[in-house]
Amino acid sequence: MTTETPSTRTLITPTGRRGSVEPYRQQSRSRWATALRHALMIVVVVISLYPVLWMLVSSLRPEGEIFGNPSLILTTFEWENYTHGWTALGTPFGTYLLNSGIIVLGSIIGNLFSCSLAAYAFARLRFRFQRPAFAYMLVTLMLPIHVVIVPQYILWAQLGLNDSFWPLIVPKFLATDAFFIFLMVQFIRGLPKELDEAARIDGAGHGRIFFQILLPLMTPALATTTIFTFIWVWNDFFSQLIFLTSPTNYTVPIALRSFIDAQSTSSFGAMFAMSVVSIIPLILIFGFGQKFLIKGIATTGLK
Amino acid sequence: MSIAELRSMANARAGRRRTKAERRALTPDNKPALLFLAPFILGAAVLTLGPILMSLYLSFTDFNLLQDPQWVGLDNYARMVGDTRLHQSLMVTLLYVVIGVPLQLGVALGLAILLDKGMRGLPFYRSAFYLPSLLGSSVAIAMLWRLIFGANGLLNALLGAIGIDSTQSWIGSPETSLSTIILLHVWMFGSPMVIFLAGLRQIPAELYEAAATDGAHAWARFRAITLPLLTPIIFFNLVLAVINSFSSFTQAFIVSGGTGGPADSLLFYTLYLYQEGFSSFRMGYASALAWLLLIIIGVLTAINFWLSKFWVHYDD
Repeated sequence: MTTETPSTRTLITPTGRRGSVEPYRQQSRSRWATALRHALMIVVVVISLYPVLWMLVSSLRPEGEIFGNPSLILTTFEWENYTHGWTALGTPFGTYLLNSGIIVLGSIIGNLFSCSLAAYAFARLRFRFQRPAFAYMLVTLMLPIHVVIVPQYILWAQLGLNDSFWPLIVPKFLATDAFFIFLMVQFIRGLPKELDEAARIDGAGHGRIFFQILLPLMTPALATTTIFTFIWVWNDFFSQLIFLTSPTNYTVPIALRSFIDAQSTSSFGAMFAMSVVSIIPLILIFGFGQKFLIKGIATTGLK
Repeated sequence: MSIAELRSMANARAGRRRTKAERRALTPDNKPALLFLAPFILGAAVLTLGPILMSLYLSFTDFNLLQDPQWVGLDNYARMVGDTRLHQSLMVTLLYVVIGVPLQLGVALGLAILLDKGMRGLPFYRSAFYLPSLLGSSVAIAMLWRLIFGANGLLNALLGAIGIDSTQSWIGSPETSLSTIILLHVWMFGSPMVIFLAGLRQIPAELYEAAATDGAHAWARFRAITLPLLTPIIFFNLVLAVINSFSSFTQAFIVSGGTGGPADSLLFYTLYLYQEGFSSFRMGYASALAWLLLIIIGVLTAINFWLSKFWVHYDD
């Protein structure tokens, strides 16, 4: 792992536009080709959306009608799966939503705090071991959690903090999500250095330059970080599975998984319903934050 | 240029080593940097670099969390040689990476190129295509996959509707179970597609104009301009996709109910690591598996970088 991550900054800059290429593209294109292309796109749209819509529709069907029914048209409208599913696992599903919410919120605050601080140092300060520290950060970009999970588990066990939210939130306050450091470094490098220098002449120290000048300008990068942290932590399964063991501490993904263990044919409707509940926050954040999301993926290659 | 920098240049020319004071002058922000990087340094020490080194130590021990680790030398690594489940998990994961990653990137690239040709409705298509990437790694979708590819699932219902009677469980038979997970991976083509789209936007219009003036046809323009200029982005996507897919966990865990079955056909590498470490509590062996994972990912990434010399086009 001594190789360097390719810098996306050199690959993509969000402001680039191709300009007036359209006439050349229009020339050779007939109406038929356009129609054909749209037809293909519609097919792909159907493939992309149909499974999710089927899940939504099935969650509103009576138990017995779910299987063997591929249609997306509802003849009846049953809320029963939702009321049944909400309490089907012993603890009300609201508890799991709340637990996931706490961990997501803590993670967002942690990432915004620690990654922006680290990014300022990498982008604007000059210090000893800067290159190796930056290289290490780039390497951890590619480090899967599975490699370090055993010692982390032992560490938290010795602190007596397994089966709590600490092992899931504290790492975010220690800048372990290198992706966001990288994102913010790229962003700060794009801000004019004259801003800092003007402030320094006025007598501002690094603390004030960071908090009062750069941080307010970093809103787009902070928004992207917020949205991606939300999505990743909400969807995270591996570390929550390992660290959370008692049902009252379960998060949404861990609770959903219990539906498999408790699987009798009568719980499929409830499982569908709670699956839908579990993805609603993702859909909402996608709706509100789409602009930052698309830009964030495009500029950094985040998932 | 600061005085310190000038002095350092002069020193370098004179070929003499810098004094301590000069080095300090060269890096004037050491103290604030330490403050700003305090969380990062602590995190690196306690949560990444520390654990990497500690799992190297643990990989030479027998450790079940209850008793102190027992030094066993290379036993764990020796065990790997004869561990057929490990070999199976490497097979499964490699198949997943080798088939799933190119398929997904191929679909993403193809659609990005089609979408980029000034199509109307691009924002709508882009959003619709991105949705699976947003949801696909969730437990909810993995559970949905069980119900789509089960014996009385959605796929068989659809096949029945067009007159093909099928009662087989696609996730329940070892021949087809991995394909369903690969399909799930390909279904999540949206996020690489968005990266490709952004890359296509970067290609300067003048190049196409010049090529068109020279009478180059669409295919020639694609071969000579689009594809070469896109290779750095394809490469970037490839490196990330290989790493992410090799450590994929959730989907195989949920679809197989945590077992890796049927017949270990869904025993992904990280799933096996999880079973060894957190079901059987063989933390020593799990640490050895973690190190093997680290080495594999390092080697795959190095191979990717080495191969990139032959096909990635860097203009500047």
